[in-house]
Amino acid sequence: MSILIYVELDNGSIKKTSLEAVAYGAKVASQTGGQAVVLALGKADNAELEKAGQYGAVKVLHAADAKLDHENSLAYADALVQAATQEGSKIIILSKSGLGDAMAARAAAKLKAGIVSGVTALPETDGGFKVTRAIFTGKAFATTEIKSDIKVLVIRKNAIEIDEAALSSANATVEAFQPALRESDFTASVVSVDKADSELSLAEAGIIVSGGRGMKGPEHWQPLIDLARALGAATGCSKPVSDLDWRPHHEHIGQTGIKVAPNLYIACGISGAIQHLAGVNGSKCIVVINKDPEAPFFKAADYGIVGDVFEILPKLTEAAKSLK
Amino acid sequence: MKILVCITNVPDTTAKISFTDNDTKLNKNGVQFIIGPYDDYALARGVEIKEQNGGSLTVLHVGEADAEPQIRKALAIGADDAIRVNADPQDSYFVAAQIAHIASQNSYDLILMGRESIDYNSGVVHGLVGEMLGIPSYSPVMKLDLEGNNATITREIDGGKEVLKAHLPLVLGCQEPIAEWKIPNMRGIMTARTKPLNVVEPVSVDDMTVPQTYKLPAPKGACKMIPASEAETLIKLLQTEAKVL
Ligand SMILES: Cc1cc2nc3c(=O)[nH]c(=O)nc-3n(C[C@H](O)[C@H](O)[C@H](O)COP(=O)(O)OP(=O)(O)OC[C@H]3O[C@@H](n4cnc5c(N)ncnc54)[C@H](O)[C@@H]3O)c2cc1C
Repeated sequence: MSILIYVELDNGSIKKTSLEAVAYGAKVASQTGGQAVVLALGKADNAELEKAGQYGAVKVLHAADAKLDHENSLAYADALVQAATQEGSKIIILSKSGLGDAMAARAAAKLKAGIVSGVTALPETDGGFKVTRAIFTGKAFATTEIKSDIKVLVIRKNAIEIDEAALSSANATVEAFQPALRESDFTASVVSVDKADSELSLAEAGIIVSGGRGMKGPEHWQPLIDLARALGAATGCSKPVSDLDWRPHHEHIGQTGIKVAPNLYIACGISGAIQHLAGVNGSKCIVVINKDPEAPFFKAADYGIVGDVFEILPKLTEAAKSLK
Repeated sequence: MKILVCITNVPDTTAKISFTDNDTKLNKNGVQFIIGPYDDYALARGVEIKEQNGGSLTVLHVGEADAEPQIRKALAIGADDAIRVNADPQDSYFVAAQIAHIASQNSYDLILMGRESIDYNSGVVHGLVGEMLGIPSYSPVMKLDLEGNNATITREIDGGKEVLKAHLPLVLGCQEPIAEWKIPNMRGIMTARTKPLNVVEPVSVDDMTVPQTYKLPAPKGACKMIPASEAETLIKLLQTEAKVL
């Protein structure tokens, strides 16, 4: 039996969260006695796709049809189902994102498969197939048994620990894959795509420096950006900050924004309202800088500095620069 | 224009979550329930579209009778009628199957809901419903404009946004800033009392997933405070102690 893993591409490279999905799928394959097969859709070099082998995949199905170059969850879900049928896959794995959830949902409905999104750890496979996932925006976890024959899992970032030093040197074989594309999946037309290409994406970022209303206004963001640059970090913000248009909406983190799970989250002038915490509680290490020692965020932090962000940020940037 | 808005009934964002019955049930004691915040955006945009284009707006909830105050609130905000599918749903697939069943009997032009529920955070019901009905689904939608049967949709994508033109019927998962949350006014609250709230029994669906147990995360250790005068030492600690740099 094969485990099918869908990998998201970004400008022809496999996203980091998708490589985690491959490693996760390979582990499930070894637990259940199958092999890990990857599906990639759209433009990518063979050399890049072969890399999935280092994370435990045996084979990569690559559909290079130019119609699939632009993200299209309807057509992608169709292709995923066709790949699963061809490979006889009973377990399908995607990484959590807007695209991952959309594809997983449509594929699960087509395959009459049980679907669990937000999985945080490897499944238990002896005596039923059980997975644990985050619920209540990370305030709790649920263990769920999947009963259906075909199972669709959407995994969260850090659901599996990857030891980059211990990767295998094996390459996966890349096979051309030609799904039948349906006209009905292409009836919508894309008017424009507005993507900050140069920026690190929040979902993928290992480090995030995030600002709240304590940053006082968009014209004061430079010290935060400087620290982010020095650390190779992405930038995020609280909801009022994006509501006020100080920062773009896609940087808004929290219950009603993006949920992040970096190794390091540095909060600058954010009070730590429960709705903000809900979006960051998957972080490994949280640093809080706030001038108010009573700010609730300190209760959720690993390291805290009580003080004025505008005095502290430049000091941190200096220290971060001298690290390299 | 026939609009269906699907709402969840979820603990308030500030609710303290705990479990009972050997960690197999959510402890609802003292928990305030609300319409899911994302669903509230969907409802607000649905009401605006109905006001501009005419037509009808039905609100749908799959769940038990304790959700009725939230359903009445949706009626007070501007829905014309409501349907409650009387069930204690076990998973997204079940909820989606109920929504798809109701929708297949009513030919809605637009099915709106939140991008995800804030209790189980799956974000998959719109996709499931779309596929079950054989119509497109898009999420998360930040802006929706209609001209006849054509919709212009702004959708958030990783690190930016995308604008699409698509034809109705559609299933859309909504998020801010698609509309401002609406607060019911006195007249709305009065008329909501007499608007129809139809309770129907669920269609049967195979058990796809079955929840077993719940647990809370391990408590967080103490926060290590660093004096502002020595702020720069933080970076070393992050490297050598926390090992995150
Ligand atoms: C349904 C719902 C959903 C929500 N969803 C989200 C969400 O997804 N994300 C989110 O972030 N919020 C969300 N909120 C809003 C949330 O409740 C808070 O209002 C918000 O997070 C506060 O943002 P803030 O910390 O930037 O601002 P504030 O609460 O105003 O805090 C500013 C902080 O900056 C500090 N400060 C000020 N000046 C300085 C200085 N010079 N140096 C250091 N510190 C300074 C202050 O001490 C204060 O702690 C939601 C609310 C609701 C009701």
